[in-house]
Amino acid sequence: MKITIPHLGNLYVFVKVLFDCLAVEYILPPPCTKRTLEIGTKYSPEMACLPLKINLGNFIESIELGADTIIITGAGGPCRYGYYCKMHEEMLKDLGYSNVKLIAIDPYAGLPALLKSIKTIFGTVDFINIAVSGVRAYRVMAEVDRLDKLCYYIRPRELVKGSANAVMRLLRDKIYSARNIGEVKKIVKETRAALLNIEVDTTLNPLKIGLMGEIYTIIEPFTNFNMEELLGDLGIEVDKTLTISKWIKEHLVKLHNHKEKAEYDKACEPYLKTPIGGHARESIGHSALYAKRGGDGIMQIYPLTCMPEIVASSILPALSRDYDIPLLTVVIDEITGDAGYKTRIEAFKDLLLKKREAKNNDGLLCRN
Amino acid sequence: MYQNYSLMELLGYKNHIINLYYFGKCGGKIIKIAIPRALLYYEYYPLWKSFFEALGAEVILSSKTTKDIMNDSIKYCVNDACLPVKLFHGHAKSLIGKADYLFIPRLKSIAKGEHICPKISGLPEMVKFSVPGLPPIIDTEVNLRKSKRSLKKSFFDAASYITQDKKNIQKAATLALSAHREYISALKSGKLPSELLENTHLTKPTASDLNIAVLGHSYNLYDSYSNINILNKLAAYKAAVYTPEGFEDALIDKYSRIKGKKMFWSLGKRQLGALFGYIERKMDGIIYIMAFGCGIDSFIADLCERYAKRNGIPFYLMILDEHSGEAGINTRIEAFTDMIRWKKRNENYNPAFR
Repeated sequence: MKITIPHLGNLYVFVKVLFDCLAVEYILPPPCTKRTLEIGTKYSPEMACLPLKINLGNFIESIELGADTIIITGAGGPCRYGYYCKMHEEMLKDLGYSNVKLIAIDPYAGLPALLKSIKTIFGTVDFINIAVSGVRAYRVMAEVDRLDKLCYYIRPRELVKGSANAVMRLLRDKIYSARNIGEVKKIVKETRAALLNIEVDTTLNPLKIGLMGEIYTIIEPFTNFNMEELLGDLGIEVDKTLTISKWIKEHLVKLHNHKEKAEYDKACEPYLKTPIGGHARESIGHSALYAKRGGDGIMQIYPLTCMPEIVASSILPALSRDYDIPLLTVVIDEITGDAGYKTRIEAFKDLLLKKREAKNNDGLLCRN
Repeated sequence: MYQNYSLMELLGYKNHIINLYYFGKCGGKIIKIAIPRALLYYEYYPLWKSFFEALGAEVILSSKTTKDIMNDSIKYCVNDACLPVKLFHGHAKSLIGKADYLFIPRLKSIAKGEHICPKISGLPEMVKFSVPGLPPIIDTEVNLRKSKRSLKKSFFDAASYITQDKKNIQKAATLALSAHREYISALKSGKLPSELLENTHLTKPTASDLNIAVLGHSYNLYDSYSNINILNKLAAYKAAVYTPEGFEDALIDKYSRIKGKKMFWSLGKRQLGALFGYIERKMDGIIYIMAFGCGIDSFIADLCERYAKRNGIPFYLMILDEHSGEAGINTRIEAFTDMIRWKKRNENYNPAFR
């Protein structure tokens, strides 16, 4: 049994370390490329959301490398993500991959079903060992998430532009070829040291933009045109509240950070009274909190036809007016040309700069 | 003598008489509550109408969808929402200045363990922050995902804008639920929502040789402006039309239980259930009407297509958007019905491809 997973940001680190620890055979899907997207788009329903398509591309590319079992997480709705497992099953069936097995880790299917699927994946009922390895893998992944976060700080401030990107670009390949958890940990540690070695201008006060929106398009760098790098290279500090480590903690293990949840729930209250699925409430609540913390602008990113984020996107303009914080909504689909997005982001950056200038100069646009 | 009136009109007259009697006594001002003729209007209008009228309020319904409403919809709603949600914005806009309150229930779940759709759950806020100048919104939450008991609270919530009299509210709620049951049983007996709510009847084909199942959410099937009158068009091509509303709930439950994963959207469940029901009844063809940008249907329509194909039933997916041109639809329906007729006549004789 060779297991594979869909890509979701740094999820591959978690899966790699976990399966290495438990000696499970697995195949990591090749990093998302244009080909992944093309395969996914070709075989998926036309109007499905982008993550479904790219995940299908991941699966097919992994199957080509020899994988025969796919793990996907399920959910209870109302977001479409909850139904991905069934859709993938049907699509793969019609494509003729009938020998491929699909295992859904679905917290909503009930505990017995969940335990059974965990048992089939790991081939053991030693749940303590699985949990311990899970925690170890989680820690490594959280460390990689922290590396990303460190980069948000470094990129706008580094003296030699592109040094952080040069370090980070090697990380994925290195982790892919690592042989055990020790090596992965060593690689992460070295990368961290390399990042900390980069010379930065600590006096700089760069523009700050909060990335909000649908989790997949925020986390997976291929889908959002490496938005973090793009913004960082433009001299903007990025703030991202959703990370994959947090998603695993909240979605699969059901450990919520109650203090934080209460905080954004309260901020969201005047705009959206109840949770509606997906991350709509998080998008709105975190945007309000981010504006209060002194961010310069908000960027909402979501795939075309994402149901919860459409609701958020029709509410966010009101929030943007109330908190006086500019908002840029970016909708992502199968188009891979990034020039249009770059132009819009540059224009947004100019707008934010002018706004900051006006604020510093007491409302005057120019003091010459 | 009453057969020329729809069920709704009769209900309205009855409640009107009650109102006159009630307010004649206490001399109060009649509160006007506006309900947009869009989205789940086709499912729950009798319920809410009889509820509010039993409380002594007047219910104002927006007009049928027109070009102006469509234009307003496009103007006010975010541009990547689906067509029915957009239309809801247009209908809400058309009700400005006509009522004291705008009623937009937040329908999160209508059955245990099921959901409706994120956009419908967030509808009150979507409309509130998109359309300027609206009257105050009554955004009663209906959430029966965990248990049915919260329905009572929803009724009290909605009624709190009109009266605080608990006994009266209780009575109105009972009345509303019985009106709803009446409506549902009328639907199950084969009547269409457009017949019951608007008194518009489908033109029955004189001699039909095709049985075509038309699937889709009720707001896509029965808004004859947005779907360019497709049900009547099918009748013009001599096809008898079957829709999912006529299915018993038990049958829907039975058929929609597909292996692997519980279908958690109530509206999607009905389509899947009806699909399997119609496959079993050996329909000649299935048309699925989907609105552009509908999240649920992007999956359900695809599943339906796969299942219909596996069972060898011709399937056609029609996607509605803001276009109002009829020619394209006409051509496609004509082509679809022709293909089915040819298939029936000489499926096993096709020299061109042999």
